[in-house]
Amino acid sequence: MLKFVKHHMETIVGIEIFPLISLIIFFVFFVGLFIYVLRSNRKQIDEISRIPLNINDESDELL
Amino acid sequence: MSTTTLANPPEEKGTVNNGLDTFYYDNSIVRLFLIATTVFGVVGMSVGLLAACQFFWPELNFGIQYTTFGRIRPLHTNAVIFAFVGNGIFMGVYYSLQRLCKARMFSDLLSRIHFWGWQLIILAAAITLPLGYTSGKEYAELEWPIDIAIAIIWVVFGINMFGTILKRRERHLYVAIWFFIATFVTVAMLHIVNSFELPISFMKSYSWYAGVQDALVQWWYGHNAVAFFLTTPYLGLMYYFIPKAANRPVYSYRLSIIHFWALIFIYIWAGPHHLLYNSLPNWAQSLGTVFSIMLIAPSWGGMLNGLLTLRGAWDRVREDPILKFMVVAVTCYGMATFEGPMLSLKNFNAIAHFTDWIVAHVHVGGLGWNGFMTFAMLYYLIPKLYGTELFSKKLANVHFWIGTMGIIFYTLPMYWAGFVQSLMWKQFAPEGTLVYSNFLETVTQIMPMYMLRAFGGALYLTGVFVMVYNLIKTAQAGTFISETKAEAAPLTKNYRPAKSEHWHRRIFEWRPVTLLVWSLVAVAIGGIIEIVPTFLVQSNVPTITSVKPYTALELNGRDIYVREGCYTCHSQMVRPFRSETERYGEYAKAGEFVYDHPFQWGSKRTGPDLLRVGGKYPNSWHYYHMLDPVSMSPGSIMPPYPWLFEQTWEKELLPKKISAMQTLGVPYAEGFQDEAVADAELQAQYISDDLAAQGVRVVPDKEIVALIAYLQRVGTDIKKIDETKNDQ
Repeated sequence: MLKFVKHHMETIVGIEIFPLISLIIFFVFFVGLFIYVLRSNRKQIDEISRIPLNINDESDELL
Repeated sequence: MSTTTLANPPEEKGTVNNGLDTFYYDNSIVRLFLIATTVFGVVGMSVGLLAACQFFWPELNFGIQYTTFGRIRPLHTNAVIFAFVGNGIFMGVYYSLQRLCKARMFSDLLSRIHFWGWQLIILAAAITLPLGYTSGKEYAELEWPIDIAIAIIWVVFGINMFGTILKRRERHLYVAIWFFIATFVTVAMLHIVNSFELPISFMKSYSWYAGVQDALVQWWYGHNAVAFFLTTPYLGLMYYFIPKAANRPVYSYRLSIIHFWALIFIYIWAGPHHLLYNSLPNWAQSLGTVFSIMLIAPSWGGMLNGLLTLRGAWDRVREDPILKFMVVAVTCYGMATFEGPMLSLKNFNAIAHFTDWIVAHVHVGGLGWNGFMTFAMLYYLIPKLYGTELFSKKLANVHFWIGTMGIIFYTLPMYWAGFVQSLMWKQFAPEGTLVYSNFLETVTQIMPMYMLRAFGGALYLTGVFVMVYNLIKTAQAGTFISETKAEAAPLTKNYRPAKSEHWHRRIFEWRPVTLLVWSLVAVAIGGIIEIVPTFLVQSNVPTITSVKPYTALELNGRDIYVREGCYTCHSQMVRPFRSETERYGEYAKAGEFVYDHPFQWGSKRTGPDLLRVGGKYPNSWHYYHMLDPVSMSPGSIMPPYPWLFEQTWEKELLPKKISAMQTLGVPYAEGFQDEAVADAELQAQYISDDLAAQGVRVVPDKEIVALIAYLQRVGTDIKKIDETKNDQ
């Protein structure tokens, strides 16, 4: 089964590069994301995380 | 502060004071969805309980086709997923989105169209599924006109959501909104791709894909329906409602950013883990497993983020039923998302697949995560919407404990049943034969577990009734606030973020449309890499020369098989294990299913696999078995199908069915559609004569004859290879 599939997958031109490209996209994106998250400004992050708690309507003050 | 109940809502930008806009949140749409959530929770779970009771009391189908297990099981799954959780999503989104964006919903009209359109779709599902109109694909059973309606209403929801986001007064898009956006784009993509079908009449269509392709697309859809309908929107709601209920910000907002991207990027790849050991290319199976294991990281990151938000507030968890529900919900999410990756390991999967273990797994998620999170939102929202306090905290606590016991009584017996049955399936005697060669023995063994499961379900449902009473009493005690007044400064126009701002914030967090596009890119990459090779490389599925299209009568019989939802209890997928080839016969090959529109591999074996049932028994066995299963298999829990002996099989549509199959690439001879009816009648007469010879008198045009024709054909083509070899 695997042999058969592999054989036909080989008919796609340049298929060897597919997994490599996927891995690179994946890796670069997440490394970038980690760097961003670690470098982000603590004060701003705190502010943003408080958005749901900002009281701007009456129902929040009701109870 | 006094409550505001306005008969005529003022204009969105009513007044401007000190540079502040005064505007009004639309609560009535939230209330509409809240009522629908509650009603369909009761309905969907009641149908589930009925289905659960039919396991040990098959007579509970009341002897009629419309309430038979194969038809109400899809009704249950569709009702709890799309009606209960679906309305729950919209309830939560319409409440939180307005407040997170500091803006009223974009259009009241679209909100109403969305609400009533969705309820009409549910109504259509509730009517058509019991009538047997089904596409035969799990969690996507609804027929094509309803599929189109779903797509339209979903887009209405999307426009309304984006309209709101675009006119927001809060520059930053809070993480909950990211999850809502990802939900919208991905569900749209999944629904459209999976619903490609060729209509042949108003309520009948054939899946565009066949066999392996159909299975891959279906489980890519099925898995991601769990991911993007039952998980991401609820994670978004978790990120809003847990901080609100606990009155503290989320534990780590940084973690939530990683959580979001990792989850949507990885989830989409994991679909093939539903098809391990099935006739699926090995690379796809491995891909599914690897990504499923990787999923633990973002899932648990999210779960811990939710739980740790309550750090330092555990004293409140003891007293506040809303927080209690949330804690159990998030814990269940953690358990289900740990178990899921484990189940996608091949050695676990070999034991768990096709058993009640999977039923237990999904109900930890369904009852625990979705159910309890929904209850928490309901208890949170109803006092807010009615400007009062919850009628009874004590009753909410009672609900919490009954519900928790319900989950335990539901899942533990199902885990036990799954384990026991699987081990029985695989047990060999020293001489090399199966110890439990009669499948039924493995079913009667776990009957007490089925009863306990129904008890658990009944407990859970009782809790829901307690909640409904509590919600109604709360509503009666207060006055509904249809509009909530709020004030916020408008966003400055032509705002450009400073260059010093980080790229992620400049690109995504202030730009919803860019976020939408990139979310789509993230999920599309996974989807494409997984599916496209099977699409384009047709020869990816090895052809078997002896596999031929179904005859006209067999095709008709197959439609009856699909209509009756046989796949809800019977698989057509013999896995390459000795325990299965001993019991059923030759294991399944991908090339056997190339003419199966839709595939019918199934996902659960309440009864035995049927792939090799063709030719196993005489026609008369099937006749008596469908009329009264117990007469052929004493102790069987399969319901009788007397209506198949009264209804006549469909002749009018037959030429169209053949033409449709030709369009889909099934190699029927040219002009066969015109001979199809005569051909089917001939075969029916042949079967009827054979039955007569065995002492059974049946009119050839009854549905049972077509069904027997199909059942005798299933999985037999592959045997012809051996026959040809022997002849040579």
